[in-house]
Amino acid sequence: MEILMSILIGFLFMAAVYLILSRSLLRIIIGTGLLSHGTHLLLLTMGGLNGKAAPVLKDGVTDYADPIPQALILTAIVISFGVTAFSLVLAYRTYKEIGTDNMELMKGTEDND
Amino acid sequence: MINLLLFPVLIPFLFAAISLFFPKKVKAQRITAITGLLLALVSAIILLVKVKTDGVQALTLGSWAPPFGITMVSDMLSVLLVTSSILISLFVVWYSFSSIGEEREKAFYYPAILFMLTGVNGAFTTGDIFNMFVFFEVLLMSSYVLIVLGGEKVQLRESIKYILVNVISSSLFVITVGYLYSVVGTLNMADISIKLADIGQTGIVTVIAVLFLIVFGIKGGIFPLFFWLPGSYAAPPVPVLALFGALLTKVGVYAIIRTYTLFFTTDVGYTHELLMIISIITIIAGCIGALAYFDLKQIIIYNIVIAVGVILFGVSTMNESGLMGSVFYLIHDILIKGALFLLIGIIIKITGTSNLRKMGGLIKHYPILGWSYLIAAFGLAGIPPLSGFVGKLLIVQGGLEGEYLWQSIFILASSLVVLLSAIRIFIYAFWGEEKGSHDISPKLYRHLMAPTVTLVAITVLYGVGSEFLVPFMTDATSVLLDPSVYTDAVFEGVK
Repeated sequence: MEILMSILIGFLFMAAVYLILSRSLLRIIIGTGLLSHGTHLLLLTMGGLNGKAAPVLKDGVTDYADPIPQALILTAIVISFGVTAFSLVLAYRTYKEIGTDNMELMKGTEDND
Repeated sequence: MINLLLFPVLIPFLFAAISLFFPKKVKAQRITAITGLLLALVSAIILLVKVKTDGVQALTLGSWAPPFGITMVSDMLSVLLVTSSILISLFVVWYSFSSIGEEREKAFYYPAILFMLTGVNGAFTTGDIFNMFVFFEVLLMSSYVLIVLGGEKVQLRESIKYILVNVISSSLFVITVGYLYSVVGTLNMADISIKLADIGQTGIVTVIAVLFLIVFGIKGGIFPLFFWLPGSYAAPPVPVLALFGALLTKVGVYAIIRTYTLFFTTDVGYTHELLMIISIITIIAGCIGALAYFDLKQIIIYNIVIAVGVILFGVSTMNESGLMGSVFYLIHDILIKGALFLLIGIIIKITGTSNLRKMGGLIKHYPILGWSYLIAAFGLAGIPPLSGFVGKLLIVQGGLEGEYLWQSIFILASSLVVLLSAIRIFIYAFWGEEKGSHDISPKLYRHLMAPTVTLVAITVLYGVGSEFLVPFMTDATSVLLDPSVYTDAVFEGVK
């Protein structure tokens, strides 16, 4: 199961890197979204996928899943959610001010200012 | 009082939260910010004395036994960094009163600075690797706000790149923490240190060490990863630039120092040699940049890159003189970069340009500015009684003790380049014929000069009084050299 997850995460990272290297700003943001999905799945996988029951105390259950990676993922999800919201609004503002979403046209040369 | 080491983190946070309630009342904003910073400074100094007398302070939140809760640890290195970052924020806020403009002050400028300081101090104080990630995000989130605040075209353009680079490096940080967790099964830094010492440097641990170098190298601006830094730092207004230049890269450098002296110590052959090679190339790249530009901001920004390389070289030698030099140089660099950015901010305000070729002859009308810039430039290059000297001397001594002759020569040669690049600003801006417009009211000039000159005076004191600072630096170095001091303090009373 871990191997399957690793391959899946690898594909997510591949897609994320491909999208981040593209020109359009929205594709880049979609890429960062995929990157954080991959990261969160990786945290879950790296904690081990064993354990039968959800980490909620119950009578008669001894084999729980590791609760720590789940707490870490929950933290990482809200953080990346905040950053993504900020960068989407920033992309919107940039599109309105500069009038393009092409990263090639956002170079820091003097005639582009 | 056991919670003392949380105060430098909590006080800025509290005052930032308070000042969120009245964004439009500029005067109240200023008073809240400055009171918060002063209180934080006082608490940091009390903590400094406490750490000096009683040794490393550790507190596990919620009274859980150490590896299970989040531990906050204040050793001498972190408390020195906390004190100097609060100090620099204080001067930047004071300088902002007359330079940032009311429009930005009404748009949550001071809360953003205080939240950023919360993140910086938290990252310096934390003893938990995932908590460090969270504090990194706290400071990065506030730095996104600060870099884009005002919404000029150049700011929008550069902040997109800055955010993108930092999102990727944050993801890498989480990935690395995930790998490390699967190897050692713990997140507490002291516990990781003990467990990694048991495992020894197997292949996977070296891979994790290099991944950490990449993660923190992106934040700290080491050689192949500093590409985002010159563009992004040139975008925001000068007080924000001073804050970023003084603090943000240093957090990455601190994290490298912490991980490479606490975690990855069993086999230093590969990781620390890599760190040494990278630090030397970082210095060379910074030198090329510092000489190439005729732009005030860019010259000083590339000097940040050089300083990061110098500090990391001292760390990579892993002997007492090298590490002590790094600590000396780290604090010096926080203070002097803050001072230099504030100084060039005044020059830019006077001449209205940051192009060296369009200015000249300032010394006639602004002698105090000229001479304090010259002192700061000499301090940056490390001319004996001033602040940069002791650190670099110890780093070179550490390099020679480790028999890294060529690398030490590079460090010394880089000082010449630093001096040349800083003096070039002095020659072009202050000597020669008067050029360009000089439209600055004497009142504004006085208001900008007051914090700047005080900060330059503090850097001079730091250099002259380095004898007095040696015991503090020795304490900081002893924790870096011997991780068991750190781990014993965390697990005190458990084992």
